[in-house]
Amino acid sequence: MYHQHPKDAQQIGKMKEVEEQLLKEKGTKTLSGAEAVVKSLLVEDVDLMFGYPGGAIMPVYDALYDFEEELRHVLTRHEQGAIHAAQGYARATGKVGVCLATSGPGATNLLTGIADAQIDSTPLVCITGQVHSHLLGTDAFQETDVVGISMPVTKWNIQVTKAADIPWAIARAFYVAKSGRPGPVLVDITKDAQFGELEFNYKKCESIRSYVAQPKVNPHRVLEAAELINRARKPLVLFGQGVLLADAKEQFKSFIEKGDLPAAWTIMGLSALETEHELNVGMLGMHGNYAPNKLTNECDVLIAVGMRFDDRVTGDLSRYAKQAKVIHLELDPAEVDKNVKTDVAIIGDCKLSLKLLTDAINSNEHSQWKKEFEKLKIEEFNQVINEELFPSEDEPMSMGEVVNLMSEATKGEAILVTDVGQHQMVAQRYYQFKKYRSNITSGGLGTMGFALPAALGAKMGMPHREVVAVIGDGGFQMTIQELGTLFQTQAKIKILVLNNEFLGMVRQWQDLFFDKRYASTEMVNPDFQTIAKGYHLETKKVNKREDLKQAMKDFVAHDGSYLLEVMVGKENNVFPMIPTGASVSDIRLK
Amino acid sequence: MKREFTISVFTEDRIGLLNRVSIIFTRRHINIESITASESEVPNVHRYTIVICEHQDLVEKVVKQLNKQVEILRSFLHVNDEVVYQELALYKVPTHVLAEGGEAETVVRNHNARVLSVAPEYTIIEKTGHKEETQQLFEVLEPYGILEFVRSGRVAISKPMKEFKEYLSEIEVASAH
Ligand SMILES: Cc1ncc(C[n+]2csc(CCOP(=O)(O)OP(=O)(O)O)c2C)c(N)n1
Repeated sequence: MYHQHPKDAQQIGKMKEVEEQLLKEKGTKTLSGAEAVVKSLLVEDVDLMFGYPGGAIMPVYDALYDFEEELRHVLTRHEQGAIHAAQGYARATGKVGVCLATSGPGATNLLTGIADAQIDSTPLVCITGQVHSHLLGTDAFQETDVVGISMPVTKWNIQVTKAADIPWAIARAFYVAKSGRPGPVLVDITKDAQFGELEFNYKKCESIRSYVAQPKVNPHRVLEAAELINRARKPLVLFGQGVLLADAKEQFKSFIEKGDLPAAWTIMGLSALETEHELNVGMLGMHGNYAPNKLTNECDVLIAVGMRFDDRVTGDLSRYAKQAKVIHLELDPAEVDKNVKTDVAIIGDCKLSLKLLTDAINSNEHSQWKKEFEKLKIEEFNQVINEELFPSEDEPMSMGEVVNLMSEATKGEAILVTDVGQHQMVAQRYYQFKKYRSNITSGGLGTMGFALPAALGAKMGMPHREVVAVIGDGGFQMTIQELGTLFQTQAKIKILVLNNEFLGMVRQWQDLFFDKRYASTEMVNPDFQTIAKGYHLETKKVNKREDLKQAMKDFVAHDGSYLLEVMVGKENNVFPMIPTGASVSDIRLK
Repeated sequence: MKREFTISVFTEDRIGLLNRVSIIFTRRHINIESITASESEVPNVHRYTIVICEHQDLVEKVVKQLNKQVEILRSFLHVNDEVVYQELALYKVPTHVLAEGGEAETVVRNHNARVLSVAPEYTIIEKTGHKEETQQLFEVLEPYGILEFVRSGRVAISKPMKEFKEYLSEIEVASAH
């Protein structure tokens, strides 16, 4: 859980344990900086990290060698793989993801993942090695100003040049990463700091005076919001990742159930509420469902919970929910009024504000209003969904039918990890989530190559869960090297590649908005089957519909990693769609 | 409508923070008219005084982004009549223009400027005031030949009586949770 303090007693116990062990081993608490890195991670309860070694971080790797049991390090095939794995781990477990890289190229290879974690509020601690402090600023071998480069995309970052500062910096890093609105933190440690010595006294960071992690909920705002909700005849709830980050599953459900409030999700909020729930009215935004997008411009009270009105969700802001009173439950004050002006903002942890709001609203019933969602849902089903999930025999296989079968085969109980593109939209539209916190995707940054390593990280964090990565043929090749990590770790993930031999999403835009001028979107692909075999991966390719069902069964049933490649329609488009610049209510079914 | 705002940012004393602050402006393509960094009356607390010309709603968003930074204690947004502010300008002019005729000397006196240093070839004049005032003196001196000119960023003190220390204790309570 992100928001609560770690069980202090347990933490202190752990700290003592580490310190006592040290005293026993060395007769002193003096450590090298590199050892202090490892010990600090242990005190922070880290047992798994992802990384890639190199010159400037070698002392830390050397220190890790003695702790292979307590602190497992997964060697990825690229630093981008390491950080996406750490993200997948963090998103699946709710814990802080940790990754390790060397200076220069090692550090810069982390940047895409750092930016991704920043925009998707994922708690990460990234530790990078840096050249010797006397070489800083001299363009030394593998020196980059990673603190400078990563500043706009980290919640906080720091360069440590003295061994004695290491425990302090790491303690602070963990606190910043996971408290409040989570985010990535980078700690850059010079090589001399890693070699230097210090007295190891780890003090967990529990507050920073310049940083308010948990703003207090204002009860007056709660009452104002409750009044608006009680008077509403057409309320609509929009929920985002904030519900998951606050771990407010039950509070959220009680809230919408008591008020009988239809609730629509952003892709970051997906799986906070099971798909089948009577009040779940579907996906918001560009490729979202027809009803919630249309009715955003008809509701009278819009209640946004832990979401940030991203442009992919709102479409044209000047024609977005102008008729509605807007209530925003949000932890980060900077998100309030950023894109959509609110009438009532309840700043604070939504686990608490939802509870207060639920207490303050009347039990209600909105059957008339809910029927409007039903009506539009049927329209969308008839015009889009039916054909996507059950295409006629003469049509090529569609992404929707594959995802639908996968959803059935996994009983909606898997952790779904998606890459970026058409398959991402389709998978999230059609997977029938039964379990909480089960959707992992690159939402804000849209990072192709995210899914494969993120799925690996998710699986290592939640070994008892089935993890399925749905990936396009384009994105697969962006981090395909991580099949090597998969083989080395023997993690068991299922990889479903939906191969349309195109950069599908871009091709769709070319089709719709650029006169079908398919500039650089056609993919001449390698034989993924051969590649998979090279990595000793069970694999199967499906070309024909009649083989699909059985293949899907085998895919899910297999005890081990598996690559299932399905050849889908080359030029299928994802609908509905809100073209860029259009209003949510101008959503197109065709 | 764009107007002039003074933002006072109180921060911890930490390397790199200025970069973090300026990124927030450059990201949104906001031109910083001036920026001044200094210590404050509270030990280990630094303050930046930033002047920008922008729309109010945009500036408010920027201030929230500033406040969100882990090591920024608090930022305050002020329009000009909520602060007392000054800038300092230095003018280097040829000494002979002051010596001859005495006209330039009157100019200096009338503008409440003062002579900081006199060398045989040049004289350095200092004036503090609002930008319009230091600019006015610039324009008056220009015909005599200005050899060098520099103007500092704005420093500003807010009019309300609440001390930053009070804010600080509020922040400390809120951050301790
Ligand atoms: C790293 C990166 N580069 C480029 C893009 C732009 N982009 C978005 S979707 C897409 C196509 C993805 O193609 P593919 O992985 O085959 O998935 P599909 O859309 O066909 O399902 C591209 C190129 C991106 N999101 N990320």
